[in-house]
Formats: sequence, C-alpha cells, structure tokens
Amino acid sequence: MPATSTAEQEQAATSSQKSSTRSWAKAWEDITQGFRQRELWGHLGWQDIKQRYRRSIIGPLWITLSMAITAVGLGLLYSQLFGATIGTFLPYITVGFIVWNFMLGCLTEGTETFIRNEGLIKHLPAPLTVYALRTVWRLTLMFAHNLLVYFVVVTIFWSDLTTAGYTITEGEHAIAQPGISWAILYAIPAFVLLAINGGWVAILFGIISTRYRDIPPVIQSLTQLMFFMTPIVWTTDILYRFGPDGEGSWRGLVANLNPLYHYIEILRAPLIGSVQSWVHWVVVGAFTVVGWGLALVAMRNYRARISYWV
Amino acid sequence: MVSIDVWNASVDFPIFDAKTRSLKKAVLGKVGGKIGTEQKVPIIEALHDISLSLKEGDRVGLVGHNGAGKSTLLRLLAGIYEPTRGSSRIVGKIAPVFDLGVGMDPEISGIENIMIRGLFLGMTRKQMEKRVDDIAEFTELGDYLQMPLRTYSTGMRVRLALGVVTSIDPEILLLDEGIGAVDAAFLNKARSRMVDLVKRSGMLVFASHQDDLLFELCNTAIWMDEGQVKKHGSLREVLTAYKGKDPYEHLDKETLERLGESPVLTTKSGKI
Repeated sequence: MPATSTAEQEQAATSSQKSSTRSWAKAWEDITQGFRQRELWGHLGWQDIKQRYRRSIIGPLWITLSMAITAVGLGLLYSQLFGATIGTFLPYITVGFIVWNFMLGCLTEGTETFIRNEGLIKHLPAPLTVYALRTVWRLTLMFAHNLLVYFVVVTIFWSDLTTAGYTITEGEHAIAQPGISWAILYAIPAFVLLAINGGWVAILFGIISTRYRDIPPVIQSLTQLMFFMTPIVWTTDILYRFGPDGEGSWRGLVANLNPLYHYIEILRAPLIGSVQSWVHWVVVGAFTVVGWGLALVAMRNYRARISYWV
Repeated sequence: MVSIDVWNASVDFPIFDAKTRSLKKAVLGKVGGKIGTEQKVPIIEALHDISLSLKEGDRVGLVGHNGAGKSTLLRLLAGIYEPTRGSSRIVGKIAPVFDLGVGMDPEISGIENIMIRGLFLGMTRKQMEKRVDDIAEFTELGDYLQMPLRTYSTGMRVRLALGVVTSIDPEILLLDEGIGAVDAAFLNKARSRMVDLVKRSGMLVFASHQDDLLFELCNTAIWMDEGQVKKHGSLREVLTAYKGKDPYEHLDKETLERLGESPVLTTKSGKI
C-alpha cells in the first residue's frame, strides 16, 4: 500500500471525525454548485415535462387544458353558490388555482425530491441541490403552461377586471378592488419569491421525507384540508359577511393565520388587480428566511446521509 | 493533481425497514457485510476501517467475492457515500460507470441519455452535442440512439455508458463490473480506447471478476473481503493470493509480452 505519513494520517483523522461531513462550508458548496449546474437541472426539469406527456398528441398542453377545464368548472359552480358575477369570480378562482397548484407541487413533489431520484443519487455524484432545483424548475414550467389560461381568462374578462372598484363577490361587505393596473408588475417579484420558497421546501421536506417515509402520505392527506381552508374557491369577503364588521372579526383570522393565504395573495392580488397589502409580503418574507435557515441546517446535518437513506 | 485519500473510513448502512427482532442475533455470514444490531436501527457495515491513498497514474483493480464491498468502495471513492466514520478527500473530476440499469432513464432515447450523463459528468450541452457523433460511431448504435433506452439490451447500455465516459476526459475513472456484458468484438475495440483513456485519465479503479480485463487495464489491485482491504499490491500478487494460483501461468507468450509480464511470478516457481 502506498505509504502515507502517520502524522498526516493522524491529523486528518482527528480534524475530520465529525466535521468533515457536517459542515456549513460543504452545505453551502452543495447549494452554490447545484445552482451553477443550471444546464443539468434545466435539462432534467424539461425532460420530466416531456416525459410525462410522451406519446400524447397535444403533449404538455394537457397541463394547460386540464387547468382550463378545472378553472372554468369551479368558477361557474362557485360563482353561482356565492352569488358572484362570473366576470370577476372566474378570474379569481383561475389565478388562485394556478398559484395553489404551484405551491402544492412544491410541497408534495418536494417531499419526493430525493426519493424519486434514488437511482441518480446512488450512481452519479452531484450536488443534492440539483434535484431540488429540478423539482422547482419542473413546477415553474408547469406554472408557465398554466399561465396561458390566465391570459385567456384575463382577455375575456378584461373590462370587468379593469373597472376600478369592482368586487369579487356581491354584497355590502365585499371589498372594493382597484382593478388591474401597472401594479400587476408586482407579480414578477412575487413569483420569484414563491420559487425561492419552493427551493427550501423541496430541500427541507425532501430530506425529512427521505428519512421518514410517513411524511409524504401525511402531507398528502392534509392537502385536501389545506385547499378548502385557504381562500381559493371562496373569498375573504365571506368571512366578513356575517357577524360583526371589520378586521377585528375572529373569522378574519381563519385566513390571516393561514400562511398559505399570504403566499397565494402576494401573487394573486396583482394578477387580478385586487387590493395588495404589505402584510402578505412581510409574512412570506419571514417564512422565506426561517425556511431557508431550516433548510440550511438540514443540509449541514443530513446532506451526507441522503445517499444512505434513499 | 489527481488523488484520492481515505483515512480509516467506514460505511454503515442503516436498514430502516428491517425488523430489529428478526436480526437479534448478530449475523456474520460469508456474503455481505457485518450486520450490527446494537442500535435501534440495524446497520450493515459495508466497509470497515478503510485507509487508502491513490495517486495520479494508479490503475487499480478491485477483486473480491460478491458482497465484499467492491461497489460500495467505488461509491465511496466517487464521493457518493461520505464515510460514516473516518474521512476522505477526493481531488479530480470523477466519471463513474456503475450499475447500468440505474441512473439512466429507460423511457427516453439513447441520445437524451448521453446528454444527461454528460451533463452529470460536468460537461455543457454544447460540448456534448459535439461529441454525439463520435459516440454514435464508437458505440455502433447508429439510428438506435433515437430509440428509447428500454429497447436496449444490457450490452447496448454498456456500450452507451462506455461511449460517454470514453468521449470525455475524466481524471478519475471508476468502473463497476457490469462492463463485461459487451460482446468480444466490441470489447476488443473498446479495449484500445480504454487503455488509451486510462493512460490519459489520471486514475482508474475497476471492479471486475474477469481476469483478462484486469490484466489489460490495471497494474495494482485491491482484494476486498468482508468490507475490509485484505490485500493491496501489484495486480499479479493480489490475484495470485485471491485465486490461490498464478493467473498468468496459462497465458501464452505473446499476451505476456504485450502485458510486460514475465511468465513466472518471481516469488513462485512454475513454468509456462
């Protein structure tokens, strides 16, 4: 065996008992290296989309089509149930649903980020961040496909949505919305922020789920509830319709205590020209910081364990 | 400067779905690593206390029984598994060719798989596009490259994987035993390219049960046994110890001359 000097051996052995695999530097390197391999995760993300619709005639347009069908169906039904005008309620539901789909994807597909890439992780050395970015990129592409539905809907109901003071539902407690204006540009940073959040969700939940395989079904079973708890098919107007007026109403807490509401609202509000609030940005910003903090801790401690766990 | 250093490294796999009770007795079989049961989660000690130092120009063959830890060691050297105890340092660009069924997507075409593998090995898309023709020619797959990978035979997959790694310039080449699946004609063609590649690449570690491949590609060898390095030395010495007889004994003169070996192992008496 080629000899190594014993001094070097001892020094290396002592200096790297635990610290070699669990270090901030390595976690950070994984993340930066992962981002740098843009071509790799970009390619893999596209591949996933193409793969899913291989041999189908209209291909990825199915994403767009199924979103359109769902949005129109739900929009027609719920606008009648809540006594709302279709012209404002259908865009509301459509956008809410598109944003929700992206977030839900980050959560459910995020939990499977590493599990689904078992083969690659065990056979080709690459930063783990690549797989998280692959997931987020795939969902971003799906979001882009769904955005087509948004553009069609907005074009159809352009006059309803640009009228200043329009309401999404009818009734005296309905909040007057300013209508679509230049403020629609807030949608761009809002989506970027959502995608950044998708990153930590995929890393953190991906790592936890790889170790504890009960987490994906737990999250799966909660998604239905989360969907109905979040103002997507209903509006916050309804919360104030009954009982005492005003922000102080306890019903308002149903939405405000739900972080998903804030996530949806930062992107939905500019897209349909409804009232924007800095509160949502602050809440989402705080979650972003805390989330990435947790993701970094998870990366530092368990990055090297993932290949053992998958 | 290409190098791999491993200090007192162990690789322990936690087996979460194995029932602890059924594994109460510590099993120490001939096949596979030690199964430890002290912890709540049973673990398999796939590698135990490995210390290695490989330098540029090393061409190492890995031999040992099934389950002796050859593949795990290759993954340790690739940096896929970081040691659970001890430490390792890998300097250089790594190109692994491991289990050929996994790590390739069966539903997408050969070309796409070439692309993805290349990107994983640190190439850019443009660099890979330039190499596609070369790979197509070398692998002799031709139009078959447009077909989904699931239609490929094992040998065709090996050709594809070898085509990719031999078309780029890896510094550290790690090969698992699967590459034996190609036919003799292709092997002859691949051999010269492999030998050439091995000369260019800084380091080769090759796990195989096929002596003739080891003769061609390696100069030193490691004998793995029960997750430990049993012997590390020149290829001939290690193979002789592993097989219990000198594998060069019955080779003809020309082959020996080509390999630069004397017909008789210096430490042993024998004849051609």
